[in-house]
Order: sequence, then structure tokens, then C-alpha cells
Amino acid sequence: MTIATGDTIAGGAGRSIAAPRLTFEHLSMVFPDGTHALDDISFTVSPGEFTTVVGPSGCGKSTLLRIASSLERGFSGGCEVDRDSIGYVFQDATLLPWRTVRRNVELNAELHGVSKSERAERSAKAIELVNLIGHEDKYPKQLSGGMKMRCSLARSLVLNPSVFLFDEPFGALDEITRERLNDELLRLHATEQFAALFITHSIAEAVFLSTRVLVMSARPGRIIGDYQVPFGAERPHDLRFEPEFAELCGRINDDLKDAHE
Amino acid sequence: MTALDDDKHLTDAEIEAPFIAASTTDVESITAISSVSKPDRGDGLVGRFLPPAIMLVIFIGIWYLYSTLAFEQAFQRRNALPYPHEVVEDGFLPVWDERQGIREILGYMWPTVKVTLLGLAISIVIGVCIAIVMNMSKYMERAIFPYAVVAQTVPILAITPLLTQVFGDRLGVRLAVVFLIAVFPIITNTLFGLQSTDRLHHDLFTLNGVNRWTRLWKLELPSSIPALMTGIRIATGLAVIGAIVADFFFNQGDKGIGYFIRVRQQAAADRPDMLAGTITASLFGVVMFLIAGAITHRAIRDWHDSAGSRS
Repeated sequence: MTIATGDTIAGGAGRSIAAPRLTFEHLSMVFPDGTHALDDISFTVSPGEFTTVVGPSGCGKSTLLRIASSLERGFSGGCEVDRDSIGYVFQDATLLPWRTVRRNVELNAELHGVSKSERAERSAKAIELVNLIGHEDKYPKQLSGGMKMRCSLARSLVLNPSVFLFDEPFGALDEITRERLNDELLRLHATEQFAALFITHSIAEAVFLSTRVLVMSARPGRIIGDYQVPFGAERPHDLRFEPEFAELCGRINDDLKDAHE
Repeated sequence: MTALDDDKHLTDAEIEAPFIAASTTDVESITAISSVSKPDRGDGLVGRFLPPAIMLVIFIGIWYLYSTLAFEQAFQRRNALPYPHEVVEDGFLPVWDERQGIREILGYMWPTVKVTLLGLAISIVIGVCIAIVMNMSKYMERAIFPYAVVAQTVPILAITPLLTQVFGDRLGVRLAVVFLIAVFPIITNTLFGLQSTDRLHHDLFTLNGVNRWTRLWKLELPSSIPALMTGIRIATGLAVIGAIVADFFFNQGDKGIGYFIRVRQQAAADRPDMLAGTITASLFGVVMFLIAGAITHRAIRDWHDSAGSRS
């Protein structure tokens, strides 16, 4: 499973762009039932990069994340990831309903054996980062969908992940909440500089968040489009209404139409 | 005009709401029907307690009717089905004498209460442990499940005298009878709870590289609490029955209410006593069920959806 990472920027030139934290090389996945999920996927994600994969439903996007986080095995090709600290945000907030917000945020650290006092410190910081101050003692059933997702984000942040995997985290939220969380995620990414791999159906969300957008075909999933997003780290809320933004969305949309055929 | 329309609309919605709610099986929602036009929406004391009170009156009315119509002679009736007021007068009263009436019945109740509570506690502890073992492997589940079913289906009336003959009149045997009848719902409900733990929650724990015991303690057990509580509530009623059945066949040591009922059944003239004992035993079952419900509500009301409505 170990592979060389020769074709990336981090060659030997001495430039201090860090080595990729996540590398897929000729990755393919055929499930035991014969479903061909992924076909020859190769790309890398470096620290500070935000890569988003868009594609039709059931094209194997989520499988990619499950492989990266070792939830799924039995693939062929290479997958190399900095396993020390993976953050994983699921489609659903997956909060434990019997724990308060604070105790949910502490969960990952708790399961990693982080001491009680340090846990409390880190979770307080994470709760502040996702703007959940004042809700620490609520139970998940008292939270809105957006707040649940923030709580889920904070739970991953507590581990200071160097690789952050997002499996359509905002898909179930309404448009306004989704955009607000996009803004916040962007801000988080700017300060924490993790390597992000994000899965979504929404082209606008992909373009708004990412430094790079990959378009995946219908099953078996292949990369059929690769776009560098030209906008800088500072992205105001109304970037979404700029012509350049719309133009890029349009091109990705065309690719996606092909992907469905 | 618009305001009027809005007003009407609101009223329609208000009238409609209780009927929609009534389609569920929730008792509270059903009581809401009877109070559509009242300001309290069935949550007040009247809405809560009037419907069952009416049912009680109807039941007692039928009892009187039957006792009156079915027996030509007073002594026949009294030996078969006395009037409710006779049960109260001869069965429950007088309250001050320790050797008759309610004081005597309560004296017989106490050993039954002890056996019920102890047997229930044993059933819960062992039942949860068995469910955990069954949850650990498919083969364990297959090995144990048929016998858990047998524990439930074995005719308890047939097996109890056998147990007393084999093992003697001991407390342990009485507890075993309660255990046999009460453990099944604990096992099945806990197992169901353990096995229906959210798949994504499992993934979350896998990502954190936890061992089996951490997974059990921090994920599977807490998420099975609502199901376990359902099991306990069912087991509570069964445990009371088990304890009374055990009483029937135990003549040594502390005699329970089942013994009282059996003995008072033999002489026809004791029929009111026997009915009073039976009613007391059923009320004990009801109280146990209510306590179990209250504990459930308290344990999960903060986080579980079902805890929003009392039962």
C-alpha cells in the first residue's frame, strides 16, 4: 500500500510547500458483491489545500473518504494518509443523543485517552471556534440542524486534525444555514490549515470552499474534471454572485452533465 | 376581511389538531378528543383521570348486574361472585385488625414484594449480561436464543411444583421462578437495543480506534437504554405474576399473597377475602409498572424523543 509521491510539488526543490497529507494513487475499489465503485483515482491533498469532489449520487465519492479513513479496505492501488489525526465529518451530525454538547465535543479526545483537564480546555476552544458558546449543556435534540453540525465539527477539531474529511456534511441543511456554515468552515480552514477533502452535491458550495474541485463520473467513479479555483483565501459572502464564480460553476456543471451520461 | 379569514383559519387548525393527534396510540392524545371544546386540552386532572374513572364505574356496574342476574340465591352468589361492596366490607375491612382485612393482606404481600423486587433485580442483571454475550457473536446468539424462548414459553404452573420438589422450599427457587418468567423481555429488548446502535456511530468509534469494551460501555449500552427500559417495564408485570405463582406452591418460610389467595379459595365463604387479596396483588403490579415508567421517563427524558410524552 505504500507508494512514492514523486509527482507532487514537494519534490526536492527546497520550496517549503509541505508534503501531501493525503495521496491516492491509481486507487480502484470493487466491492465483494461486484459493484465497481472507484476506478483509477489519483490525486493528492496538501496542508492548506481544500479539495472538493463533486459527482452524481452513488458514484463512490463517500467510498473515497471511507478508504482514506480506513473504514473501508480491500481496494487496489495506493492510499497514503497522515493517520495521526484524521477529522471525519459525516453526512449526519452523528452526535450521541445522551451526551450534552460539551460531552459530545469531548468524545473524540476522550476516546483517544486525552486527560480530563486537557479535554475540557480543548473542547472549550473548539466550542468557541464553531460559535456554540452558551449551548454547552444542551442535548442534541434541543439543537437545530446547523447547530448539530457545528457541534460535530467541533468534535473533530478537538483532535487538531491535519487531514479533514467531509462527507456531504451540509447536505441536509437549508440554503442560508449551509452558506453561513460554509463561511465559517472557510475561516476555520484559513486558521487551522488542515488538508481538506470535501464531498458535496452542490457545485456552488464546492467552488466557494475549495482551492481545487474534482468532478467524478457515475459508477465506476473516475476523475473527469479538475479545476483550480482562482479565488484567494479571503472569500467574502457575496463572492457567490460574481460573474467569475458563476462561470466556473457553469463549467463544472457541464462536466457533471457529462458525468451523468 | 383578511383578519377574519385568518381567524377562521386558525380555529380550523385548532379543531383539527386533536383529531390528528388522536390517530396515534398515545393515551394522552386520545383523552384530548374528549376535550376539543374545553380550554384545557386534556392535560388537566379531569382530562387525565375522568376517562379511566368512567371505565371503572362501567366495570363495577357490569359486576353488580352479573352478580344480581346470574344467581338466584344470595348464598350462591356470595360463594361465587360476591358484590363489590361485600369484597370491600369483608375482604378489606376492618383496617385495624392485624389478623383480617387489609392489614392481614398486606402482611402476606410483603414476602411477595421482596421476592418480586429481588427476582426482578436478578433478571435485569443476568438478562443484560446474557444480551451482551449474545451481541458479541452471532454463534452465541444462535446458541442462547432458543433457550431464552423456552424460559418464556415453559408452562410456569407446571414447572414450579417440580422445582419445589427437586430443590425444596427455598427462597432461591422462588427467585428462579420469577427469573424464568421475567428474563426474556429483558434479554430480547436489550439485545434489540444493542444491535440497533446507529451504524454511523459505530463508524465514529471505529475511527477513534476503540476496543470492544469501550464501544460497549460508551456506545452500545447507552444507546440501548430506551429499549432496556421497555424490557424492564414488561418484565415488571411478569415478575409480579411469577412471585405470586411461586407463592402458590411454597408452604414454608414467609408465606406470600399467592398462598393467601390459594387458601382463601378453598372455602367458598372466604371468596371476598380471596378477591381482596387478588385486587391488592394486581394493584401492586400496577404500582410496579408505574414506578418502572417513572424511572424510565426520568432516565431518558433529557435526550430521547419518546420521553416527551408520559405513559
